[in-house]
Amino acid sequence: MMEITEGSHAVAEAVRLCRPQVVSAYPITPQTHIVEALAEFVANCQLDAEYITVENELSALSACIGASAAGSRTYSATTSQGLALMFEVCFNVAGMRLPIIMSIANRALGAPLSIWNDMQDSISLRDAGWLQFYAEDNQEATDLHFIAYKVAEDPAVQLPAFVCFDGFILSHTYEPVDMISQEDVDRFLPKFDPAEKLDAKDPISFGMYATPEYYLEFRYEMDQAQKRAKEVIAKAGKEFGALFNRDYSALVEGYRLDDAETAIVAMGSVCGTVKDAIDELREAGKKVGLLKIRVFRPFPSEEIAQALSKVKRVAVLDKNISLGAKGATVIEVRDAMYGSTIPVKGYVLGLGGRDIRKKDIREIVSLCEKGIGDQFYGLRKELI
Amino acid sequence: MAEKKKTCDLFDCGHRACGGCGAALAARLVTQTAGTETIVVNSTGCMEVFSTPYPETAWKVPWIHSLFENASAVASGVEAALKKQGRKEKILIMAGDGATFDIGMITISGAFERGHDFTYICYDNEAYMNTGIQRSGATPYDASTTTSPAGTCSFGNKRPKKDMPAILAAHGAPYVATASIAYPADLRQKVEKAINTPGPCYVQVHAPCCTGWGFEADQTIAIAKLAIETGLWVNFEMVDGTVTKVKKVVRKPVEEYLTTQKRFRHLFKPKRQDAELATIQAIADRNAEKFALDIKLKKE
Repeated sequence: MMEITEGSHAVAEAVRLCRPQVVSAYPITPQTHIVEALAEFVANCQLDAEYITVENELSALSACIGASAAGSRTYSATTSQGLALMFEVCFNVAGMRLPIIMSIANRALGAPLSIWNDMQDSISLRDAGWLQFYAEDNQEATDLHFIAYKVAEDPAVQLPAFVCFDGFILSHTYEPVDMISQEDVDRFLPKFDPAEKLDAKDPISFGMYATPEYYLEFRYEMDQAQKRAKEVIAKAGKEFGALFNRDYSALVEGYRLDDAETAIVAMGSVCGTVKDAIDELREAGKKVGLLKIRVFRPFPSEEIAQALSKVKRVAVLDKNISLGAKGATVIEVRDAMYGSTIPVKGYVLGLGGRDIRKKDIREIVSLCEKGIGDQFYGLRKELI
Repeated sequence: MAEKKKTCDLFDCGHRACGGCGAALAARLVTQTAGTETIVVNSTGCMEVFSTPYPETAWKVPWIHSLFENASAVASGVEAALKKQGRKEKILIMAGDGATFDIGMITISGAFERGHDFTYICYDNEAYMNTGIQRSGATPYDASTTTSPAGTCSFGNKRPKKDMPAILAAHGAPYVATASIAYPADLRQKVEKAINTPGPCYVQVHAPCCTGWGFEADQTIAIAKLAIETGLWVNFEMVDGTVTKVKKVVRKPVEEYLTTQKRFRHLFKPKRQDAELATIQAIADRNAEKFALDIKLKKE
């Protein structure tokens, strides 16, 4: 059913339809509307879940560990400082192979304190072992929760997942969203039934420590699961598409890319702006296209190399920066294209909520054509 | 001839604890009492490490370890899941004093305030033993540890133990108790009460550590007893914030306890530190007054 709704509410509704038994979260801007909505659902018996109002984010995700290990489908949401406080818990969840789903309303990290959007938070946890999905709009943010649960709980994967959507830009924006029915969600997403759980009838030990004789193989198995996730995502995305007409089988998605000379690579809500800018550039005779990365972990290296094999140049937008190095996306895109002679230029922009407009995209295309890149874009010269 | 069958517990033999480990004894007594319908949440620390080197485990009940500071939050999640699934297992947290008094304090406060139904067992060996005997908020006054070493201008740990039972009682915990591995029947009784009391309950178990405190492995029980007999450890019970039971003693001077352990050696050698000993005796005297510890002997 199509409704005009706020991004956070659409996500909360999607989560409700996934029937988590335990929700545990802590308020933080701009994520709060999600957990407020879930609390209302529980208060009105629209969601049959235990809702744990923890004392901080570290405990929010820790409670999810206990609930998931005990065999319940589990959910949390956070952003920025909250995600940073969960740092060690995130590694722990993935290492214990618990398929917890967490929405991230992407936000910058302090200092200086900023409540506004960039992707530094989730990108900084790219090594934690979680699958990472990035939504372009609220429809995608909504649907990716169904996909995320299905993929994370698949025995071939058994890893947790972030569903990332841009704070404020998506979380607080009203857009039309087509919400699938409870019946349809139940058809797509089977009940959570893990092969192993904390159970007095069959006692097992979770979270033992590993000596150097075992640790390396644990990490290898997690990496293998990440790689297997590619196929599982493709399968789940295709099944979703067949049922509901929105296909998420591709980990990356091209827009007017087939004959493009300049390719822009981007993630998240900025893709909408990029598409509009591309339409205008095309009208002006410039062959520009977009490659949107929807899944950042597992990183779709082969898909990216393939999709960009025929362009003349690549401009990668990063709403994050590994200070002293480059944006995370450009580093990984370049690695994906290792051996190719196509120039790949990176642009760090939009940090801390700085707006990215169509004219900025046009400017970046023109910089890329001149071979200028690997720099911050949009700096206020008078401040530096 | 048939081999004599070893009797093993829910906390099984073959773990890697030091001989004479008070915490291992606590684990055995607690799990014996709790029984098979129990899920254990263990914080990082000695007990976690000596009981579960992958792929071996000493636990014959379901067991989970996540991190150092988050056992109470993990237990909150387990409890929520069991409730939703209509399951009846009891939840037991096993955590050391570092995990309880220090790094886990926020997590514990949150979980006790929310009122989850679990029993929290703190095995208190009065320092970070797993990392090599560093002081914690549970380390007693003047104990020498590797981060509070006695030296030419220091007598060791500068502060007395934090009063964890009072803090948790102030959270409205329905049952709070202290116990000692030297009194297993009392310990069992308290664990049983805690498990059968709905809501978050706390039992702090004095668990001497021969390696960290500096004594021979066969002295664990004797030293635990001396702690009580000198009034430096008080075994008591609090129901809804009121002290309902105290183990009374004919008190011995604190020196009888202190001289048994290397961590207090600097109070006697190279010279006797009378002022420090008086301060420690005063701690015991305050305990005696607060809990009415002393058994009054009839006058001749």
